[in-house]
Amino acid sequence: MSEQNLNSYRTGPDTEGRFGIFGGRFVAETLMPLILDLEKEYKSASGDPAFRQEMDYYLKHYVGRPSPLYFAERLTEFVRTKAAIGWGAKIYLKRDELNHTGAHKINNCVGQILLARRMGKTRIIAETGAGQHGVATATVCARFGLPCIVYMGETDVQRQKPNVFRMKLLGAEVIPVSSGTGTLKDAMNDALRDWVTNVADTFYIIGTAAGPHPYPELVRDFQSVIGIEAKAQMHEAEGRLPDVIMACIGGGSNAIGLFHPFLDDKDVEIIGVEAAGHGIDSDKHAASLSAGRPGVLHGNRTYLLQDEDGQIEDAHSISAGLDYPGIGPEHAWLHEAGRVRYVSATDDEALAAFQVCCAQEGIIPALEPAHALARALDKAAEMRNDQILLLNMCGRGDKDIFTVADALGSNI
Amino acid sequence: MGRSKTSLPSSLMSPNTNPMTRIDTCFEQLKNKNRAGFIPFIMAGDPDYETSLELLKKLPEAGADIIELGVCFTDPMADGQTIQQAGLRALDAGQTLAKTLQMVRAFREGDQDTPIILMGYYNPVYSFGVEKFLNDAKGAGVDGLIIVDLPPEEDEELCLPARQAGLDFIRLATPTTDAARLPLVIKNTSGFVYYVSVAGVTGGNTGATPSVQEAVSRIKTASGLPVAVGFGVKTPEKARETAKSADAVVVGSALIEELAKALDNNPENRDNVTKPVIDKARLLAEAVHSAR
Repeated sequence: MSEQNLNSYRTGPDTEGRFGIFGGRFVAETLMPLILDLEKEYKSASGDPAFRQEMDYYLKHYVGRPSPLYFAERLTEFVRTKAAIGWGAKIYLKRDELNHTGAHKINNCVGQILLARRMGKTRIIAETGAGQHGVATATVCARFGLPCIVYMGETDVQRQKPNVFRMKLLGAEVIPVSSGTGTLKDAMNDALRDWVTNVADTFYIIGTAAGPHPYPELVRDFQSVIGIEAKAQMHEAEGRLPDVIMACIGGGSNAIGLFHPFLDDKDVEIIGVEAAGHGIDSDKHAASLSAGRPGVLHGNRTYLLQDEDGQIEDAHSISAGLDYPGIGPEHAWLHEAGRVRYVSATDDEALAAFQVCCAQEGIIPALEPAHALARALDKAAEMRNDQILLLNMCGRGDKDIFTVADALGSNI
Repeated sequence: MGRSKTSLPSSLMSPNTNPMTRIDTCFEQLKNKNRAGFIPFIMAGDPDYETSLELLKKLPEAGADIIELGVCFTDPMADGQTIQQAGLRALDAGQTLAKTLQMVRAFREGDQDTPIILMGYYNPVYSFGVEKFLNDAKGAGVDGLIIVDLPPEEDEELCLPARQAGLDFIRLATPTTDAARLPLVIKNTSGFVYYVSVAGVTGGNTGATPSVQEAVSRIKTASGLPVAVGFGVKTPEKARETAKSADAVVVGSALIEELAKALDNNPENRDNVTKPVIDKARLLAEAVHSAR
């Protein structure tokens, strides 16, 4: 990484869109001119105070930012009653589940749709797993009066019906994808196929910090509002930085959004939590860093779940939003650089944490951050009671109640 | 990262210092006969190894001048339904990159002349190991590579090593490749240039003939290489029309549709699936060869 400052973890990607060996632009020639255009436009927009101002306006008045930083007193007590005396960190939640549309996804969608408008694009496409990114995209499309086509795996359409209906109410066309396994990766394939076919008028709003350069960079930048706010709020609340920050990771957009502003604060321990499904040792999980190896998919080199022949394997997680066989390239790099530690939580552990959060805090979390919470409860118990753990509550769980009811054997 | 956009050593850039490759010879012969070449695409291992090898062996006799052999991948982002399904059938039947190379080796035992080009996506190659792959592919008798998701921006990954190993790296040029970008696209390309006549996935609609003609002549002038045209050429009529200006015509989905139809009609008996594919290939080859 000779062109990147070795004293900083925050200078990537390089001009080729690489974070170390990860990232890059592995796309068909048809798309190259489009992503080069996007890169150029993004550079110009990032240096334009009017663009920043417009972003800030919508983030404040439409999304409802800043999202609160909340001291989760009862969760903290819950941990302390089980920990040894003097142990059990203070747990804070960054409440991005309170955003308009119920998750962090909207932060990125506002940024990308403003870019699309700047580029004169008139048709928006997106992929979605859990449906949160699809809902967020459909929302900004309605707000700006642009047609919206959302690709969603057939399996996900089944398990995320409320979000499918939301998208339709918002005027989006939801196209169920039956190719492959009918999940997020297949939805992304079909969105790319759409883009390659409709190059002139279409803008592809990618929902996670992955894909060809410049997507991992721009999604990270749009999501970094989470970490920037959290840092300032933590100073206000505690007068110092947290000791540990944690977030769940599918593609990794909420995590990189929280982590990036803290990467050079060397005293802050950073932990990402992947979905272990039925267990890392089973063949049903979505933990690409813990159990995958580097490969090339969807425009970037990153860690992937794949077989010996380089064929992509199916991911599994109870949470549709984590059910992806890859991970954003910056996470792959941070993993190898050792700056962020990546662990995992199983479906069952996430379900248990989900219920704890409901009962202790009156907050129904999405199943995605429930994975992070599962590990956070363990981690907090290993920390002294004068230490601080900050968790990104990146989405709310209204969309998941049917899945959870099913898993718990309740009829609703 | 300090990765420089290197070019090839000048010895590799100059066609005079290299022996004629099978691809060069093929295009020279076509030129002498004043006809366009016919390039069928089939998916290696579809619907199974044996049937696919049989197809491969029969294609030259049906009029194939060059053969594109698909390397199956779970996530073929540039392919339409027909080729996606072909890849899935191959994967279900246990096809791997190693078996595809084995298939080329078996083909070469009986055919030393027809160039074979592997077409697919980068991950199976990356997973196999670039150096080992190039070595094995060259040894098996592969002549060139088309790797859809490796644009010139990623030339150091496989394109430059492939050229050094003596394999042609055939680049796709598309309707979005404008005059400013074309020099970069053809810079390290060799063998021929594959013009994708339409912005879209394989098996879609073809571009309008006048714009294809214009693009072919523009790319030929800029690259000094033959230009093959593909994506969406489905009928003998379209193939004939395309062959008037292109140096070669690529047909994939239309052949695979024949195979899929034969499988649907007779799922238990795979003995008869090659015949309709070969018949269709023969029709298309005749159309291409008699276009001028």
